[in-house]
Amino acid sequence: MIALVVRDLRLAMRAGGGFGLGLAFFLIVTVLVPFGVGPESTLLSKIAPGILWIGALLACLLSLDRIFALDWEDGSLDLLATSPLPMEGVVSIKALAHWVTTGLPLCLSAPLFGVLLHLPDQGHKWVVLSLLIGTPALSVIGTFGSALTVGLKRGGLLLSLLVLPLYVPTLIFGAEVARRGIEGLSTATPLLMLGGITFGTIALLPFASALVLRVNLR
Amino acid sequence: MTLTVTDLTISRGGIPVLEGLHFTLEAGRALVLRGPNGVGKTTLLRTIAGLQPPVSGDVDAPPESMAYAAHSDGLKATLSVAENLAFWADVFGTKSIEAALDGFKLRELMDRPAGGLSAGQKRRLGLARLLVTGRPIWILDEPTVSLDVESVALFANAVRAHLAGGGSALIATHIDLGLEADVFDVGPYRAKATSNHDSFSGDFDEGFL
Repeated sequence: MIALVVRDLRLAMRAGGGFGLGLAFFLIVTVLVPFGVGPESTLLSKIAPGILWIGALLACLLSLDRIFALDWEDGSLDLLATSPLPMEGVVSIKALAHWVTTGLPLCLSAPLFGVLLHLPDQGHKWVVLSLLIGTPALSVIGTFGSALTVGLKRGGLLLSLLVLPLYVPTLIFGAEVARRGIEGLSTATPLLMLGGITFGTIALLPFASALVLRVNLR
Repeated sequence: MTLTVTDLTISRGGIPVLEGLHFTLEAGRALVLRGPNGVGKTTLLRTIAGLQPPVSGDVDAPPESMAYAAHSDGLKATLSVAENLAFWADVFGTKSIEAALDGFKLRELMDRPAGGLSAGQKRRLGLARLLVTGRPIWILDEPTVSLDVESVALFANAVRAHLAGGGSALIATHIDLGLEADVFDVGPYRAKATSNHDSFSGDFDEGFL
């Protein structure tokens, strides 16, 4: 299992691995939004948490089809399926590797990009916290979508259509945590809902992902 | 470590391709599968390796005993030869890649990225993976594609050493490897389309799964 994490991280860091792709996309969104909506700081700081969340979500979506497609193309997915690793373990590890290379850098860079959007000072910690709790769910749900569409040529569109509706609850509660945090309201309820979604998907979805992956490998 | 196949019927895309297959592969033996292109050799090997379920019949082998090598080698172009092998060694819980490097003459290539290897060298690396799996039953699909005469001899030696150590090998190939192997021609087992019509429509969902 650890070997698979190390391999996936190493592949992501090497040339063509797409490590900076999500981060660069996130930067582009946060830089362009102020140009689009105008420089009014009150308006920007009002929409900042939502923009950061949408940016993170789309950046996550960008790298989803790579999770299994590359392993499927070069045949290593077949070999992994016949290896001693359980398929549920393989998909969980793949989701973890995706989160470490995409979700985690987004969480860590969010405070920096928040400055570009006039995110209020007290909002930084809430945005980071909500992203830290919410982005694992994005990776796990995305892994499920990637497992569903593995083997389809140009499956990216179908993947987006399948995965985006499943991302909506995470987006709603994630952005709500940040908004309430900034306004000084209680964040307990959306935070618990966000955590519930994340832990629920981590606990249940790998089984579904492993199942559809086995069907797709036939 | 005996692999027994009993009355096996296999399908590709929901359509039966081979039926009534019977054979036994004992430890220390090699079995060469022959048959024309498209008859279902790859499908048979994938079924035996557990990648797809059979339509009927049984594949009987001890659990976690098979190493499968497909048409594609499962190599990562940006990882070096040694890193590729070490990854599979870790996955299969065998720590040493030395024997595999020596067995397929990969030692001078070990620091090269796998993407920079020639087709034959990639194939050698793909076959060297079998040595690091430590599994007794090898399931090989056209293992000698793009290998030169010298590398085929290397491969034949590796198989011979594997058989001598109590392993066994099921090989789909068209060339003569010079092995002491039984030959199993799957041609006569081609499924008759009409006789399987009912079973196909009865399990119609299979076409979509």
